[in-house]
Amino acid sequence: MNTKQTDLVVECQKISKTYQQGIIEVNALTDIDFDVQRGEFICLSGPSGSGKSTLLNMIGGLDAPSTGEIFIDGEEIDELDKSELADMRLHKIGFIFQAYNLIPVLTAQENIEMVMQMQGINKADRNRKSLSILKEVGLEGLENRKPPELSGGQQQRVAVARAIVSRPSLVLADEPTANLDSVTANKLIDLMLSMNEQHKTTFIISTHDPMIMQRAKKLVKLHDGKIAEVINQE
Amino acid sequence: MTSLPLIIALAWRNLWRNKRRTAVILFAMALGVWAMIVTAAFMRGMALQVLDDTIDNLTAHIQIHHNNYLDDPVIENSFKINKTIESALQHTDIINWSNRIRVPAVISSERDTSGLVLLGIDPEREADLSFLKSSISDGKYFSGADDKGIIIGKKLADNLETRLGKRVVVITQNTRNEISDRGFRITGIYDTPTEGMETGFVFMTRRSAETLIGVSDLSSEIAIITRSLEHVDPVIKTLKSDLPDLDIQSWQTIQPFTQLIVEMYGDFQYIWHLIVFLAMSFGIINTLLMTIFERSREFGLFQALGLKPRFILMQVWIESMFMLTIALIIGNLVSWLTVLSTGDGIDVSAFAKGMEMAQLSNIIPFIIISEDLFLANSIVIVLGMLTGLYPAWRASRLVPANAITRV
Repeated sequence: MNTKQTDLVVECQKISKTYQQGIIEVNALTDIDFDVQRGEFICLSGPSGSGKSTLLNMIGGLDAPSTGEIFIDGEEIDELDKSELADMRLHKIGFIFQAYNLIPVLTAQENIEMVMQMQGINKADRNRKSLSILKEVGLEGLENRKPPELSGGQQQRVAVARAIVSRPSLVLADEPTANLDSVTANKLIDLMLSMNEQHKTTFIISTHDPMIMQRAKKLVKLHDGKIAEVINQE
Repeated sequence: MTSLPLIIALAWRNLWRNKRRTAVILFAMALGVWAMIVTAAFMRGMALQVLDDTIDNLTAHIQIHHNNYLDDPVIENSFKINKTIESALQHTDIINWSNRIRVPAVISSERDTSGLVLLGIDPEREADLSFLKSSISDGKYFSGADDKGIIIGKKLADNLETRLGKRVVVITQNTRNEISDRGFRITGIYDTPTEGMETGFVFMTRRSAETLIGVSDLSSEIAIITRSLEHVDPVIKTLKSDLPDLDIQSWQTIQPFTQLIVEMYGDFQYIWHLIVFLAMSFGIINTLLMTIFERSREFGLFQALGLKPRFILMQVWIESMFMLTIALIIGNLVSWLTVLSTGDGIDVSAFAKGMEMAQLSNIIPFIIISEDLFLANSIVIVLGMLTGLYPAWRASRLVPANAITRV
């Protein structure tokens, strides 16, 4: 396995992704070189079809690049099999999706504890950590509610809590505010920024939302599967 | 295996996520299990009844004859019970035996005549060995070895237009090949589910038969009951060795049709179970595939969060196992109640003629035995486990990036 000691959380080297749609080949990403330092809060922006979600999926190991290499914490993920990839995601990456983030048959607390349970953390620790993070994201007292009993904003807060509860190296968020009103979206951005600052958790967020773009520390603009511009906003 | 308690809990909760669908599929599966067990109980009842009736209706477990008797059943082909035979019949696995005189005869009333088989029996030994004593519907069973009466079947009495207390004449051939006839008073009428039995056999004591035929201490056959069916073959083996000059046959060779029915039942049970399970498996696969389709985003999310594909496979598979187990419990319970509610069996006298042709009584009992229960439940469990694997495998093979974005 190819590993290297580095402070880079993510290292993408010349990654390309080509999809086959019938007889047509679609280039979703072309020769992307992209590095992320530990503790960064990065926003990937660009029009639909620019490759934001594809890039996020590649970094998260949910999809494999056609060419190129990706390193997470110095470990080349292309060389991992499905089981090793699952382990890597479990221990190093937290995910927040646009919708359908939570398991509907589990309560808010159980949704948060799920990842810790898979990591083998004992019940007492799980309980303590989940209640603490629920308090931190402002959902104290709602731990026994199931997703259908929570608002969209509350559900996304639970998703954020779940993504960061086991202190991953990286949190990947795909359009996290897409289904939220502006007030709720703003609160979620505040939450993610505060988590980034308090816990030094690295965030990579794919979005169309100008509020997130404005508040991100680094803005990476994608166009036609290529990085068009990188703006440092700190 | 730290994820195992989580996936078991998830499988259980997911089972009840769509209560109506789960209830419908559980009903269908339980119905299948019920159909398997109740049909097995019915078939088992039918097969055992045919077997019991055959053994009870004079066949017994084993019969001993003169070597030529089965080819030519006349009185000349008889034998005397000597000390060697008596000693052989002391076998520990023989619980009862009776020697009979059995010859072709003609019976005549004032109105009509009928050909049949005349049996001279030992009333005391025969009482526990065959159906006769328990089937007397009118009159009485023989009072002892000296009873001079005759017992005939109900249908025969109807055919001959005679009744209890009337006299009939029995005509047969004696040892000198001469016609021998004698009048007997009807002292008993027996009633069985099979008319063929009632018209085919009349009974008198051995002493009366000996007087009619003009013989002394001769037997046409010895009917033997062993401890159980499992003891038949070993006892035959010993008897053949002890009595090499006599023809010793089991119920299977004397009544091959009964043997055929019992064997057919076993084969039919397998085929029926497989047909029912095939129908059930479509329900299982369809429901689980539907579940996977509906929950593909969830499975994608699980993978994104780090759940290994094998645990996703186990989650869906355990869900199908929960479904199977509940269906089995309900199916077994309802089957047991069904069998319990039928009491002594179901009355099929509306099909009496057909039942008689198949050597069956008009009441078919439902009999559940542990082997049949085990077979039905094993088929459902083993094949169900295999059937549940395909949808589970499909779920585990979903590409997370595609599954999460599936609408």
